[in-house]
Amino acid sequence: MAETAARPYEAPVPAPIASDGVVVRLANVSVRYASNFALRDVVATFETGAVGLLGPNGAGKSTMIKTLLGFIKPDQGQMTVLGLDVAASPLEIRARIGYMPENDSHIPGMNAVSFVAYCGELSGLGSVDAIQRAHEVLYYVGLGEARYRNVETYSTGMKQRIKLAQALVHDPDLLFLDEPTNGMDPKGRDEMLELIRDLAHNKGVNLILSSHLLPDVEYTCDRVVVMDKGRIAAQGPIAELKGPRGSVYELRAKIDTDRLVGALRAAGMDCHATDEDVMRVFVPEGLTARAVFEVAARERIQLRHLRPSVPTLEDVFARAVGEE
Amino acid sequence: MPIHDQGYRRFGGIRSGRGNAWLVIASTAMRTMLRNRKFMGLLLLAWAPFLVRAVQVYASTNFPQVAFLAPTAKTFREFLEQQNPFVFFVTIYVGAGLISNDHRANALQIYLSKPLTRVEYVAGKAAALIAFLLFVTWVPALLLLLVQVLLAGSFAFLQKNLFLFPAITVFSLLQVLMASFTMLALSSLSKSSRFVAAMYAGVILFTSAIQGMFWAMTRSSAASLISPTASLNQVGDVIFRVPPRYETPAGLSLLVVGLLVTGSILVLERRVRGVEVVA
Repeated sequence: MAETAARPYEAPVPAPIASDGVVVRLANVSVRYASNFALRDVVATFETGAVGLLGPNGAGKSTMIKTLLGFIKPDQGQMTVLGLDVAASPLEIRARIGYMPENDSHIPGMNAVSFVAYCGELSGLGSVDAIQRAHEVLYYVGLGEARYRNVETYSTGMKQRIKLAQALVHDPDLLFLDEPTNGMDPKGRDEMLELIRDLAHNKGVNLILSSHLLPDVEYTCDRVVVMDKGRIAAQGPIAELKGPRGSVYELRAKIDTDRLVGALRAAGMDCHATDEDVMRVFVPEGLTARAVFEVAARERIQLRHLRPSVPTLEDVFARAVGEE
Repeated sequence: MPIHDQGYRRFGGIRSGRGNAWLVIASTAMRTMLRNRKFMGLLLLAWAPFLVRAVQVYASTNFPQVAFLAPTAKTFREFLEQQNPFVFFVTIYVGAGLISNDHRANALQIYLSKPLTRVEYVAGKAAALIAFLLFVTWVPALLLLLVQVLLAGSFAFLQKNLFLFPAITVFSLLQVLMASFTMLALSSLSKSSRFVAAMYAGVILFTSAIQGMFWAMTRSSAASLISPTASLNQVGDVIFRVPPRYETPAGLSLLVVGLLVTGSILVLERRVRGVEVVA
């Protein structure tokens, strides 16, 4: 189990950041693969703390991270990370950030301690510091007992942890985590999320968590940037995006739900289906559940279930990307 | 169970300046290879010709009956040519997996997310291979020169052949750079080190075979330009002031070696990237 409690004598040190509290800024950034835009005129700011980068597969999340790392040159636009221009100071930026890639990545032929220490040395730590930090970080991510095993023999969950360890070893000010819970079992996923949450909230590490999993982002992050088709669909504090701009109801109709959806939308109430046959209806400010009943009555559709609900990040996401 | 807390701590130590990453990469690659017993055996075997030559020098300087064995400039040229098979095997053993294994394990995105450039990454990988290759070419050749001076007890041979030191150095460097960059370029093209080894063997052996066939059919040595090894040998003959073995101008042979190294660097520039973009 990962250690998550802060040591009593060790207060989290706030990471040095740009004076305006913004760790990453993108201004009109476009990235194109041949004729397809992966990012299109993206304007976004990532503030200090934990920020979720949310979007369906292919939305451009990984492209954005790789562009910020300098792996991909944008066709246009300007980006700053920790107050430094990505185009002008890529190495200074990389010395202060940690990157946990989405896919399985490691240095072949090494055990975990050697691998993480090697990454520390590449990031500028001395060999003694690197080996000491490697041991500490491996314990922190829960690989203490397996640290002398060859990384290639690790399970998927362990590989995710070692990727986090190599991103942390040099104590970055900003972490880019690309789908960190991919392929993990539920217990491992919970532990990974706990680690991420601890890093952001107790250890003073700024992080950007790219994920298509809403619960992961909701649990670990304070703010979110929602992407869809290479554009920013919404951004801001999660609490604010979920905030009181009306009320949410869960609704189940007897028949002809498509007609009901159309009627509700025509009446200014957005709604979208969930996994089951329950739909979620967003009733604008000034209206109540009565408005839903009135629409159903007018359309002569029998409602079987109507229950007040609370706004979730899923609602924010659905509204932002227009998912039905 | 450790007696101290294993939680995450912020690092308050000193970080080194930029520019050392290539050294970290090179030293780690070398340490990894030196832990391999088979490779150590190969390195020791590569020094066997040096021992034979050292005995030859000893005999020629101490026993007048075998004075005909006394080394000449050609001896050093032959010695470096004798090392060619070792250069071939060391290149394959060390170089085949240097970049291909990183491709297989998606390690490039980890490397290039650290504060190091693509040039530093390639320099680190190349430095490891170059160091081992110099250890089986330049180092024993220079040591042989030193042994000759020490056993002869005079600088007469060295004074007479002053060009030998730069000749050994320049030829060894050409030999090593050609092998290293060709291998690194091939290594960057595949995720399988075995396939890379086969490709390298193909490039070296197949081109030599073609050149040999062409010579057998036409009795013209112009085809030496096809073979990197033959081109290097032609340049080597000129550097060591021995009669060139082919009719081909040495300048053209040097151009072939140069083009091979340049082409390899271009391949590396294209293939060593943090992300593979298929557009």
